[in-house]
Amino acid sequence: MRELRIHGRGGQGSVTAAELIAVAAFKSGVYSQAFPAFGVERRGAPVQAFVRFSDSKIRLRSQVYEPDYIIVQDSTLIKDVNVFAGLKEGSIAIINTEKGGDAFDVPPGVRVVTLDATRIALEVLGIPITNTSLMGAFAAATGEIEFPALEEALGERFSGPLAEKNIEAARRAFAAVGGGA
Amino acid sequence: MMEIMEGSHAVAEAVKRCRPGVVSAYPITPQTHIVERLADFVADGEMESDYLTVDSEFSALSACVGASAAGSRVYSSTSSQGLILMAEVCFNASGMRLPIVMSIANRALGAPLSIWNDQQDSIAMRDSGWFQLYAEDVQELVDYHFLSYRVAEDHNILLPGFVCFDGFILSHTYEPVDIPDQETVDAYLPAFDPYQKLDANDPISMGMYATPDYYMEFRYELDRAMERAAGAIEDAGRAFGEHFGREYGSLAEAYRMDDADTALVAMGSICGTVKDAVDEMRDAGRKVGLLKLRSFRPFPKAEVARALDGVAAVAVLDKNISPGMAMKGAVGLEVRDALWKTGIDVYSYVIGLGGRDVRRKDIAAVADLAESGRGDMFYGLREELI
Repeated sequence: MRELRIHGRGGQGSVTAAELIAVAAFKSGVYSQAFPAFGVERRGAPVQAFVRFSDSKIRLRSQVYEPDYIIVQDSTLIKDVNVFAGLKEGSIAIINTEKGGDAFDVPPGVRVVTLDATRIALEVLGIPITNTSLMGAFAAATGEIEFPALEEALGERFSGPLAEKNIEAARRAFAAVGGGA
Repeated sequence: MMEIMEGSHAVAEAVKRCRPGVVSAYPITPQTHIVERLADFVADGEMESDYLTVDSEFSALSACVGASAAGSRVYSSTSSQGLILMAEVCFNASGMRLPIVMSIANRALGAPLSIWNDQQDSIAMRDSGWFQLYAEDVQELVDYHFLSYRVAEDHNILLPGFVCFDGFILSHTYEPVDIPDQETVDAYLPAFDPYQKLDANDPISMGMYATPDYYMEFRYELDRAMERAAGAIEDAGRAFGEHFGREYGSLAEAYRMDDADTALVAMGSICGTVKDAVDEMRDAGRKVGLLKLRSFRPFPKAEVARALDGVAAVAVLDKNISPGMAMKGAVGLEVRDALWKTGIDVYSYVIGLGGRDVRRKDIAAVADLAESGRGDMFYGLREELI
């Protein structure tokens, strides 16, 4: 079983990201489970959401403490929240930032993937909502979800031009992180 | 066919397929997504129900009582303070033998205010005369709705029932689930056939005044019906297997209990985490198993005694607290009663109240405590706050 922890601020769509990644994973052929950290959801407050991926049915219900992957939607969180807690050898940290991976002090053996998801979101969506871009980056960096499955999940959640724009944001991020779409 | 969806939306899909004539509910976290979705179904013409919007949970269940008495299949859902506000109506519904089914998204009770999960709300309604099933995962949660209507409306039972599930932990989780098609549900759950109903052309009174010469026998009959419900749930669970391919033929499910020395007993979503913890402990050579209770009312006393026969220690995980009771947890007390005079040590551990997370290592620690003879206590307190 592999586990993902998403860090964001209330209003950035972290829970939606967890849900859509789980939907895309299920469509990619594995069992998945997504749930929020059940916080008091105030705009701007630190929030977490979780996803599990497994080849067999998932029974575990506790929160994620030793993630294989993290997504950090807002790098200003790093000074307030220990987003790197529990990361281990081989874990992948996907961070929305203008900086390079060297700027982050992660545990040994952790691969840092950075991208300027805010810029992609502003260019494509016109608003700084980075969750769909980061889903594309997650697909490329981890291989846990197939891009067409993510595209389908986004198409089901959003409609019309909004769906197209979010898929485009995910595609740009996917390509930026080296996914071959 | 397996699909992936949020637990609350899966409940709404299940309820739609039960074809209730009347839905009445008042929104409360974490139940809200269920009734929002049902309201959408009715507004969009996908569901032929009257959706009654009311001013409170008290009114919601009161409307259900009236509609059920008039001969309609009815549905409601609530959580926490909402259920407690319904308390008076709950006792009336069971006393009038109305087969209402209500989903309880289990949530802690205030004060202090908590929107998070434990099972205090439905446990507090232990003696209300409603049967209570507890779901481990979203699939059981969906399936128990079909099963509950079948049991509730059985003319030999005629009791209302709760389908209990952990708020947020199941209500807000996306996971794969099989939502049966309408034809399969219809074959398992025929249209409601009321035993009696209010009819202007043939007037009767329901829920009347009973003098001391009559009252006790009504309560006796209610208790007898709840005792019979155990067999009815088993029968409905076996028939469920024939229709849907998933069987629930027992009120308690044993997991790796063969040759177990230490048994954990639990209800609801925590059972999944316990199963993973049991696997880890078994891998480490410890003889530990789980007895999952599907039903708290009726309490499967004989089944619990049989399943736990031969173990040395029993650790009951209680997501509730009965302040001032020596054993602490309400489920623990029932298990100790089931094992009375057997000499088996039964302990209760109050755990996971108000949404405190429970991990596999916590389950192992509880098993350690039971094996060392320490129990009837809170587990996982922050000592610095006490």
